[in-house]
Amino acid sequence: MMATLTKAFKPILGRQLGNTAKVFGAAVNSQRGKPTYPPPAKYGGRHTVTLIPGDGIGPELLNHVRELFRFSCVPVDFEVVHVNSASTSEDDINNAIMAIRRNGVALKGNVETNHTMPPNHKSRNNLLRTSLDLYANMMHCQSLPGVQTRHKNIDIIIIRENTEGEYSSLEHESVSGVVESLKIITRNNSLRIADYAFRLARDKGRRRVTAVHKANIMKLGDGLFLQCCKEVASGYPDIEFDSMIVDNTTMQLVSKPHQFDVMVMPNLYGNVVSNVCAGLVGGPGLVPGANYGRDYAVFETATRNTGKSISNRNIANPTAMLLASCLMLDHLKLHDYANMIRGAILTTMNETRVILTYN
Amino acid sequence: MSIAARSAPVLFSTRLQPWTGLKSSANNVSLRFKYQSTNPPPAKYGGRHTVTLIPGDGIGPELLNHVRELFRFCCVPVDFEVVRVDSSASSEDDINNAVTAIKRNGVALKGNIETNHNLPPSHNPGTICFDLYANVMHCQSLPGVPTRHKDIDVIIIRENTEGEYSSLEHENVPGVVESLKIITRVNSLRIAEYAFNLAREKGRRKVTAVHKANIMKLGDGLFLQCCKEVAAGYPDITFDKMIVDNTTMQLVSKPQQFDVMVMPNLYGNVVSNVCAGLVGGPGLVPGVNYGKDYAVFETATRNTGKNIANKNIANPTATLLASCLMLDHLKLRAYAKMIRKAVLKTLSETQLQTADLGGQGTTSEVAHSIMQEIQRGGPRTSEQI
Repeated sequence: MMATLTKAFKPILGRQLGNTAKVFGAAVNSQRGKPTYPPPAKYGGRHTVTLIPGDGIGPELLNHVRELFRFSCVPVDFEVVHVNSASTSEDDINNAIMAIRRNGVALKGNVETNHTMPPNHKSRNNLLRTSLDLYANMMHCQSLPGVQTRHKNIDIIIIRENTEGEYSSLEHESVSGVVESLKIITRNNSLRIADYAFRLARDKGRRRVTAVHKANIMKLGDGLFLQCCKEVASGYPDIEFDSMIVDNTTMQLVSKPHQFDVMVMPNLYGNVVSNVCAGLVGGPGLVPGANYGRDYAVFETATRNTGKSISNRNIANPTAMLLASCLMLDHLKLHDYANMIRGAILTTMNETRVILTYN
Repeated sequence: MSIAARSAPVLFSTRLQPWTGLKSSANNVSLRFKYQSTNPPPAKYGGRHTVTLIPGDGIGPELLNHVRELFRFCCVPVDFEVVRVDSSASSEDDINNAVTAIKRNGVALKGNIETNHNLPPSHNPGTICFDLYANVMHCQSLPGVPTRHKDIDVIIIRENTEGEYSSLEHENVPGVVESLKIITRVNSLRIAEYAFNLAREKGRRKVTAVHKANIMKLGDGLFLQCCKEVAAGYPDITFDKMIVDNTTMQLVSKPQQFDVMVMPNLYGNVVSNVCAGLVGGPGLVPGVNYGKDYAVFETATRNTGKNIANKNIANPTATLLASCLMLDHLKLRAYAKMIRKAVLKTLSETQLQTADLGGQGTTSEVAHSIMQEIQRGGPRTSEQI
């Protein structure tokens, strides 16, 4: 849509509009307010959602999700797209991306990345995130009732930049034996993720946003990220903003996690911090995660484990995947179904005699 | 032809041959001995060692004063050469003075120097000048400290010179910053060799390499490969690897599964802070930076503690245990044992614990009690207190 608009306006406004649209599509959207999603893939009252089974425990858990939806008469149809992690061609993942573009929403299991493949074989999950520009990964860590943990009453939202940072997959070996990995931080993406974080904090009535960084070492990179967060923070005077270095953050998380409210950070720190928080509330089988872009949303488990060692043994914890599907239902505005399923999950978890999966 | 054949093995060994640690060429024998700590002779005159002391910022100066008082009280034959490094000075002279002092003495005890975020990025000469390539942190659950996890005993070995801390950043296009993370084969082999050597010396069973090679395939892939090569030369020690996000999650739920961990710089920073949090906080764990010829001792988590400076509430345990490690390094083991015993005994008396452990004690009370404890232990003190 943006492309056609710019083509129409080009002769009138000259190069200016075209350039800004090229640099950063969302910047042209001058209000930078709530993302205006394209109309959902809904026909006859039934939504269509792309389903990517992935590897390991993904397929069996997503089967359970489908059965549950069929049982509860949820008006969602799944379009299943298989992505083969062993093949070197990118056709599978391109098909998946096209399906998601068509439907707008997806539910996925993790696709395994084989370390022994050559470096030009990019991580499939990463490809998906960058092609669809799913710039924000949101993870809501809450202590769930009935789960035995060392810390009680944790309630933290972690917002992690999902497209750049250390995950740019740009590496080279100019001199043999010396590898350089590039970590990219851009002003546009940092502003975008900071804006997302503050808007979410405001929508959910949160009081404080903490930026996690390592600007004492990476002065330019994380310094830029921090500066963008500060600029956005000045536009939200009702929300407190502070910053913390990542090593101090992880230490505080382990001893006093209740001091954190909403946290925003670049990609790698987000990975580590979200895994620490997942460990604090009970493990990888309990926390759902959502990847939001301007036009698309993909739901999965927060910690993106393939769980190869426990696949097909009927011992995996389905909670994370089921809660992820509830988030998806919320996104599709099917709130009743979402609340119903969520209530059932939490009640079941309370009965600890019944639910004691492997973790 | 014969000359080529003779020279070929030399070329081969310097470039292509994988690391075995058991080679017969003179080159590698000396390399092996390097890691068996043939440090240059210590700065010792008249039986007294000289150690460089860098007070640093925040709580550094007051805690290091306590160390000095304690050493004077116990008649430890160590003299401190104090070098002040001011974090606000923009010239490099202070740092150069400190560097010269450490080169002279070979051993240093330091507090953390605060890094001003707003200053332009400059090369950090500290660890790079001396090639202090290994940062070792031994996380142990200490008796008497209330923590959620018990019986933790993890040694974390962190590459200290390269990785994300190369300070190489540039902004080619305005608004786009590129930070370079450097991983080299030589340094990775070196740190892996150090880790396995240490594991063997301390009788540890397992070494875990922490990485993110699924994303940074070349960089962390190289690190992992070097660790594997070194592991082949130590068949008695189990080697496994774990991705950093899984590691942090396991650390938070089941830290007892880890034994020795080796990793590049940034993951080392995060993982060591997680472990410090697990055993009771930044005030309890000492850390050491080892190089081939030098050793620098400090607190493991390198906090300046600006907001608790000069309030007499900082926990001196980490700095005192770091000084014990220094005494061990200088082969003054009897003194080290004495001070360590006193520190641990005082720590287990809960009414004296400082604020970070949930108690109400002050730093000076803790130091006083340690001195009392030492006095009780034997006639090695200088004066009555």
